[in-house]
Amino acid sequence: MITREDVEHVAELARLELTAAEKEQFIAQLNNILAYFEKLNELDTSDVEPTSQVIPMSNVFRDDAVQPSLDRTKVLQNAPEESHFFFKVPRIIEE
Amino acid sequence: MDYEVVIGLEVHAQLSTHSKIFCGCSTTFGAPPNTQTCPVCLGMPGVLPVLNRRVVECAIKTALACHGEVAPRCRFARKNYFYPDMPKNYQISQYDEPLVVGGHIEIPTPEGMKRIRLVRIHLEEDVGKSIHGENLDDPHASYVDFNRSGVPLMEIVSQPDLSSPDEAKLYLQRLRTIVQYLEVCDGNMEEGSFRCDANVSLRPRGAREYGTKVEIKNLNSFRNVQHALEYEVIRQTKALNAGEKLLQETRLWDTTRGVTRSMRSKEFAHDYRYFPEPDLVPLATTREWVEAIRRTLPELPDTRMQRLVAEYGIPAYDAGVLTSSKALADYYEACIKRYPKPKVVSNWIMVELLRALNRDGIEVEQSRIAPENLAELLELVDDGTISGTMAKTVFDAMYETGKAAAEIVQERGLRQISDENALVTAIEQVLANNPKEVSEFRAGREKLLSFFMGQVMKATQGKANPQAVNKLLREKLAGKEA
Amino acid sequence: MDLHALTIHELQDLLASREVNARDLTEAFYRRITALDDRVHAFVTLTREEAFEQADRADQRRQRGESGPLLGIPLAIKDVICTEGIRTTCGSKVLHNFVPPYDATVIERLKAAGVIVLGKTNMDEFAMGSSTEHSASGITHNPWDLGAIPGGSSGGSAAAVAADECAAALGSDTGGSVRQPAACCGIVGLKPTYGRVSRYGLVAFASSLDQIGPMTKDVRDAALIMNVIGGNDPRDSTSAAMPMPDFTRALTGSAKGLRLGIPREYFVGGIDSEVERAVRAAVQVLEGVGATTAEVTLPHSEYGVAAYYILAPSEASSNLARYDGIKYGYRTPQWSNLRDMYMHTRDEGFGAEVKRRIMLGTYALSAGYYEAYYQKAQQVRTLILRDFEEAFRHVDVIVAPTAPTPAFKIGEKTDDPLQMYLSDVFTVPVNLAGLPGISVPCGFNSAGLPIGLQIIGKPFDEETILRVAHAFEQHTNYHRRKPPL
Repeated sequence: MITREDVEHVAELARLELTAAEKEQFIAQLNNILAYFEKLNELDTSDVEPTSQVIPMSNVFRDDAVQPSLDRTKVLQNAPEESHFFFKVPRIIEE
Repeated sequence: MDYEVVIGLEVHAQLSTHSKIFCGCSTTFGAPPNTQTCPVCLGMPGVLPVLNRRVVECAIKTALACHGEVAPRCRFARKNYFYPDMPKNYQISQYDEPLVVGGHIEIPTPEGMKRIRLVRIHLEEDVGKSIHGENLDDPHASYVDFNRSGVPLMEIVSQPDLSSPDEAKLYLQRLRTIVQYLEVCDGNMEEGSFRCDANVSLRPRGAREYGTKVEIKNLNSFRNVQHALEYEVIRQTKALNAGEKLLQETRLWDTTRGVTRSMRSKEFAHDYRYFPEPDLVPLATTREWVEAIRRTLPELPDTRMQRLVAEYGIPAYDAGVLTSSKALADYYEACIKRYPKPKVVSNWIMVELLRALNRDGIEVEQSRIAPENLAELLELVDDGTISGTMAKTVFDAMYETGKAAAEIVQERGLRQISDENALVTAIEQVLANNPKEVSEFRAGREKLLSFFMGQVMKATQGKANPQAVNKLLREKLAGKEA
Repeated sequence: MDLHALTIHELQDLLASREVNARDLTEAFYRRITALDDRVHAFVTLTREEAFEQADRADQRRQRGESGPLLGIPLAIKDVICTEGIRTTCGSKVLHNFVPPYDATVIERLKAAGVIVLGKTNMDEFAMGSSTEHSASGITHNPWDLGAIPGGSSGGSAAAVAADECAAALGSDTGGSVRQPAACCGIVGLKPTYGRVSRYGLVAFASSLDQIGPMTKDVRDAALIMNVIGGNDPRDSTSAAMPMPDFTRALTGSAKGLRLGIPREYFVGGIDSEVERAVRAAVQVLEGVGATTAEVTLPHSEYGVAAYYILAPSEASSNLARYDGIKYGYRTPQWSNLRDMYMHTRDEGFGAEVKRRIMLGTYALSAGYYEAYYQKAQQVRTLILRDFEEAFRHVDVIVAPTAPTPAFKIGEKTDDPLQMYLSDVFTVPVNLAGLPGISVPCGFNSAGLPIGLQIIGKPFDEETILRVAHAFEQHTNYHRRKPPL
């Protein structure tokens, strides 16, 4: 069902660099789990609305009022790498 | 082969609310890096978005101005992809349930009004900004500033109804006018509050199927939009004529080299894995709410533009220019109220007034010439008090000083001289001073009339009535026949 | 009596009568922690300095004449809830050094009520697990049997309460993570209705399923904590605008007139016989105090685990995308470009269970599979919701086991993820339907391991489930038994 290519594709989408051993393990485990999910096909849901939210609510708003921002020291405090008050990351290659 | 050009535009307009779409941080442009951020717009663990009501109102206003349909119910969705300027590595946007569907904008082309249909308008959050390392410090790094992350964006998608780069530019200008009019966006392309991506394809004229669509990005001024599209049309035409297959791809406009370049394609085509945003509840727009907003709108730019054409018979192009801001359109109508010659007024505003305003970089509200004053000036021309040429001089003086036309004419003695006796004296003097030219004229060089006119004007400091001078000159020149 | 063994309300009586002060309590709990926690390993971070400051402030407030049910009470907080200035790791290497610059709403409310935070408790990484074996900070042991799991993902909080290392704790529950460890550790665990308690500051696992809940030594304590942490929060768009009752008023001691629903499908196979016996006996106790029972049917019960294990990982795959080594947390030391940095950071930072669920979720949302998995699961969720709606037309609460077995041995199910998932069969439907559920101890198996009774209520009807739970507790003594530590 789920192939090595699928696993590699999904890992890429999720930005996970899997080791060869992890890939093997995931192929087996995911197939096992996905086979279990087949169960849901026993149910005819053609006329059933999907539920994305259990409690029926709509229109929760805030006013357009400026609140104080977080102190910049705190903003950058947890940054793995920080420089000139920016978050420093490896060079983004412009496509 | 004759190809027709098919262009669709996607505009991202930053809404000019005080605070961001999902948090209370300020949206002011140009603040020092990472000083307008909070746990929410930084995507810290555990934070949640809360929707700014005014953002929705801005979008509803835009929908009304563009005749779009405001969905009674819509949802936000997550658009998932990884990029350093995206704190959560998903963008809260809208997918299959946008706020607005359909709509259209009229653009004033030389051939008349053309209707450009919209696909949709939806809301989303902006992402942060990154600076390439070589522009700051370490060339192997990039530097990310999240001030812009969470600024509200309205994405407006047009149908591929635009048939030329010129139309594309007109559409953008018109759209910008509308959002500025409504005060929902300041339309500043250079500062990034009004951004455009284009989709362009060619197809043989008359064909029904669309050609290969190319997306163009990095268009940050009207001029760039036009040039990029012109270039792309040429590029695609050449390729098609050479029998080459065009790639469906994304290209970047390179301003320096004046070409579009192919973007190195990402590993896989984007799979954004959209799903409904579970941290936000659905947005319901009732009739009452929409109508309440509609009642706060001024006459919409499109409506006004069409009304000017209908009521005053001015060309579509003129109407487009005059309604490029509400203040300017108000000015125009105030003027013609007193001086009901629509085309004359329209010319004066478009040529003289806008030239001065643009030169000085100010808006019509700041001009020293009130609409009634312009009207008065034009009346003075009509009743012969001043000549048409002199009116320009008076206009400039009015613009500088803020004084009324009549006052300036009085102060500087600029009244037109129409009295024939006075004119005859001046004319006779000129003819007497230029015997050689008189003979040549009588010998057949009719063109010299303008020379004599010029001399009379000079002698009268420009105040001579040109029509009267012309008539008298001819008489005199003819009459002195022995 | 040992201070550490008392409930919140018992401690409050002592504080009110000035027999002890908050500092005394804090010292007592830290002594207990020192004595036990290297065996139990409930805590990841201890916050002694801050705790004593909070204790002193609570004592000062009391001297100024203030009082309140939680003033001066030491609690433990699951490490998935943000505490300002205190490391919050979510059991993950990815956040091993993350210090939040803000408090979760529930923490703000507890602090305002005068609570003392003793420390942060261990958990399955990012709340994904049922055994607290998937933490970057090591395994937590069940105080009743140190070779057994304490349940998960709020295993640290459950163990801390059961071992009397705190007066009570907060946990979080997405598919059973408060109720199931409560059952494993013989304590009370309440998952409120979705939207009852603010999620602001709760590090998200599955946004449409997560709730924070109290883990306590008795039902009254759970009600006391609910009174403080519950209620609408403008910072959480999904927090309900429902009015907050005083939950302690539900603690009448009587279940008279209440109708208990027994789901037919829950007692069919796969359930440990001792668990079934204990739960049925519990039902009889409740009947003895005036409740009536009726069989109800929840026909889509068997599909809950599948639906949950599609939906929760899907939302999680998106919620965990932010852990990328850029703004906070772990960054790989091995990278040569941006792509590397993402890939290695996340692969090195996340544990196997988290990676498995991210993979599952990404797959379920990906192009071509969205309808077959994510959307299908959302549709099944509707069916499960309707099952409960129908059942609640005939009964006031539904009773069930919390888990099909008592706590299993450490290492017993780690090789087979699916087996682990199946143990959530009685808890996940409650999250899918957004209902409130409470687990109370209702017995022990022959090995001395606790068994939990789950009481499920209508939306926003925590009062009735508290009432039933309290009535049961008043007529039994399971909640008073302590582990042989």
